[in-house]
Amino acid sequence: MKKSRRNFLKAAGVTALSIGAAPAIKAVSAAESHTAPHAVEMKRKDALKAKRWGMVIDARKLNDEIADKVVKACRYAHNIPDFHHEPDKKKYPDLKPVKFNQEIKWIWEEEFEHAFPDKETDFLAEKFRGLSFLVTCNHCKHPPCVQACPTQATFKRPDGIVMMDYHRCIGCRFCMAACPFGSRSFNFRDPRPFIEKFNPDYPTRTRGVVEKCDFCAERLAKGELPACVEASEGVITVGDLENPDSEIRKLIDSNFTIKRKQELGTDPSVYYIM
Amino acid sequence: MLEIALKGSKKYWVWVIILLAAMAVGAGAYIDQFTHGLTITGMSRDVSWGFYIANFTYLVGVAAGGVMVAIPCYLHDYKKFHRITVLGEFLAIAALVMCLLFIVVDLGQPIRLFNVLLHPTPHSMLFWDMCVLNGYLFLNIIIGWNVLESERNQVPHPKWVTPLIYISIPFAIGIHTVTAYLYCGLPGREYWLSAILAPRFLASAFAAGPACLILLCYIVKKVSKFDPGWEAMQTLTKIICYALTTNVFFFLCEVFKAYYSNIPGDKSHFNYLFFGINGHNGMVPWMWTSIICMFIGIFLLIVPALRNNKTLLPFTCIIVIIGTWIDKSLGMISGGFVPSLLDHVTEYSPTGEELVVTLGVYATGLLVLTILYKLATTVKEEVRG
Ligand code: SF4
Ligand code: SF4
Ligand code: SF4
Repeated sequence: MKKSRRNFLKAAGVTALSIGAAPAIKAVSAAESHTAPHAVEMKRKDALKAKRWGMVIDARKLNDEIADKVVKACRYAHNIPDFHHEPDKKKYPDLKPVKFNQEIKWIWEEEFEHAFPDKETDFLAEKFRGLSFLVTCNHCKHPPCVQACPTQATFKRPDGIVMMDYHRCIGCRFCMAACPFGSRSFNFRDPRPFIEKFNPDYPTRTRGVVEKCDFCAERLAKGELPACVEASEGVITVGDLENPDSEIRKLIDSNFTIKRKQELGTDPSVYYIM
Repeated sequence: MLEIALKGSKKYWVWVIILLAAMAVGAGAYIDQFTHGLTITGMSRDVSWGFYIANFTYLVGVAAGGVMVAIPCYLHDYKKFHRITVLGEFLAIAALVMCLLFIVVDLGQPIRLFNVLLHPTPHSMLFWDMCVLNGYLFLNIIIGWNVLESERNQVPHPKWVTPLIYISIPFAIGIHTVTAYLYCGLPGREYWLSAILAPRFLASAFAAGPACLILLCYIVKKVSKFDPGWEAMQTLTKIICYALTTNVFFFLCEVFKAYYSNIPGDKSHFNYLFFGINGHNGMVPWMWTSIICMFIGIFLLIVPALRNNKTLLPFTCIIVIIGTWIDKSLGMISGGFVPSLLDHVTEYSPTGEELVVTLGVYATGLLVLTILYKLATTVKEEVRG
């Protein structure tokens, strides 16, 4: 599924047209325009490119402190709401009570037996029981979320990154049922009151759409590494899985790695060094 | 023909006003959901579908169940069903209206609904579901209307309707098959990932649809001068009996597979539903109620003396409806999502507001049903009078 900026804008335009008729509805959609201009694929010379992006997480080096930093870096980079944040009562006077099980997370800590539930009864697991792992979207080679999405709001780029178009998503949550890794979150409510510090380089979302890790495509396009990689003190490495000389291929070749739920055939692009 | 719906007894109008009031209350709750988001529901990151999709699934079954009247009537020319086929078709229309409304109230961004048409996506089952549901709805509207109109004018229905009738039969099977495919093609969701999910859905639909129809026939007989005919109902009870037994059989096949194979992922969902996991046992009473209802239903339908008892039959139907409803709506959703993909247990129960929105949708469906049944019975009274 090839997505160019033009296609993307065209899609957004058609959507806007289809809902533009009723002024009342227009008012609602205007609330969504709090989004930074953001191209899906920007052609810049210094952009980081790969045939197929992949990630290696070195579980040996991971500790709670680093994990915490990683989660926070991703949270800030992508304006992800934190429901523990106390919203500004003056700016947002009538907010519904917070429900923590409706949280939003792109990358988070998960104990071994939850990150790898299929491996739980292995003897191998004893060693890892209770140990924290970082889990995020696997940018699967055969992503069930893309297959399920009725609007192509979730799509796979030629470089393997599975992306979301927040303007097209209808919020049916079929992709959440389809993703076998629980990588997706739904905006059950307007996230903005719960964003502590806004990052102007990334759009905020509206209520009613799904979101997930986008492999920092917006940063790669500017020649920057993903926010989590920068914060991870060497625990997380990204690179081109198809290039045998890439750093992550060397890590995979020289270490024992596992992937999550491999038996399902989605072929995750995230590897864990054990 | 619609003018018939505007002439009715006092009771008719009281009922219509009650429904309109319920719709208004439901709409009020929906406006709150629309402005604040789905946070007002009991759904969560782990259980991302809830009561709306549960009821949607059940009602697709009710709509498909109407075909159990259409097949004998149109394919086998089974005379006793001729009087009630149109009731089956109209029930399907009302059920489908509710299905579509449930989909819309479940969306996070309902105003973008038409993105599904703007970007048709054949690899998404939801796209196909939308196609078959709308197709079946239009088929039933056209068929039901024409058949009734011809009955009123006492002429056979127009020739061009016949092929539509034949097409509507595979469509009925199709709507429920595709609805099952929404669930059963998802890797990692063990409770749904089953080849017999579509057959199981159909079996439960062929019990639930006719059971609803029998109840409606009783009501029709009470409030109008039209008698749907006891013999037609007796045939329906046999259909329910076979379908319900098949549904329970399929369910037991699933239980056997999960427990005999001893695969933890397969067992965990049944464990949650029927025994609870670590004290999370919100579904346990519901699921046992469902099983007990279905078994009692089978017993009441197999024993001829009980099956043919006119006073008992409506209660039997209610028991069947409760049993299949829990199994296919609440059970299907909670069983599929709990425990979660990462083996956490997040329970789901609908909030009050969610129930009120649901009530509004049901009231809308009942209003459609009331009007259509009013047309049908009045025409039939006229013709026979
Ligand atoms: S991990 Fe889930 S959300 Fe990410 S690509 Fe795979 S299926 Fe899609
Ligand atoms: S919620 Fe959005 S991204 Fe997910 S399947 Fe529906 S339209 Fe696609
Ligand atoms: S790649 Fe970017 S979006 Fe994905 S988890 Fe890391 S920081 Fe978050």
